[in-house]
Amino acid sequence: MKSLAELAAIREKMKDKVVLREGSGEIRVVVGMATCGIAAGARPVLNAFVEGVSNAGLAEKVTVSQTGCIGVCQYEPVVEIFEADKEKVTYIKMTPEKAAEVIEKHLKGGKVIQEYTISNAIS
Amino acid sequence: MKELSLNVLDIAMNSVKARAENILIKLVEADGKLTLIIEDDGCGMSEETVKNVMNPFYTTRTTRSVGMGVPLLKLAAEQTGGGITIASVSQEDNPQKHGTTVTAEFYMNHLDFTPVGDMVSTVTTLIQGSPYIEWRFEHIKENGSVELDTRELREILGDVPLDNYEVIKWIEGYLREGYESV
Repeated sequence: MKSLAELAAIREKMKDKVVLREGSGEIRVVVGMATCGIAAGARPVLNAFVEGVSNAGLAEKVTVSQTGCIGVCQYEPVVEIFEADKEKVTYIKMTPEKAAEVIEKHLKGGKVIQEYTISNAIS
Repeated sequence: MKELSLNVLDIAMNSVKARAENILIKLVEADGKLTLIIEDDGCGMSEETVKNVMNPFYTTRTTRSVGMGVPLLKLAAEQTGGGITIASVSQEDNPQKHGTTVTAEFYMNHLDFTPVGDMVSTVTTLIQGSPYIEWRFEHIKENGSVELDTRELREILGDVPLDNYEVIKWIEGYLREGYESV
């Protein structure tokens, strides 16, 4: 059974880490979670990023957050990636599988997957 | 929406946008009827806005702060023979006590009842996205209930934020175990 004692253990473990985490977020992954995004399947995409970023050991560097309607509802689920000094990358029609690929190639490897971006769909 | 838990996620997002500090999500299943209550202490809406959010085609984009979410929930409820009500007190009308309560009733044996689906993902997604809000979740079924209150978690966690990955995983596991036992 999940117990509250486990939560207390997490607190103990995080004591030193909490300070470290502040000032993190070199890369921001933002998932559109308005009605359009949710209906198109944004919830499992968000969860794939939350889980994948942590499992890939990127939690210090990458923050995953939610936003409202980005304005391109026909391309939902939409995920935007912000990184200092770089142009914003907008991934469209995302799935948990694509999210895993983005974590591996883009967030870890630094290489944008053009095929999944909005510029690829428009051009 | 493929499952009601997605409607719940969507409607609760309105409460987040209304800058609520406390949000209650409650599902009660009894005698073939599911009652869903989403209650917040956010900025609330005027009577006129409440009327407008029910109908997506009645007003223009610029005056509407809520989108298709409420009409979709209304549709999901009405297609089972149920319906929704919205009670709201705006911050302007009452600075001390304001907020919105959305109540929806579904008849679960109706052919067009949308399954509740993955409420665990909905709750963890909401807490991950808005870890500073106090969330209370209750799903009361015939044989027992699944409950979670972020206030209780925060007491134990101290400074550790609720969107910490291990905390989110704990919440997910805790709720999944809860659902297995009801």
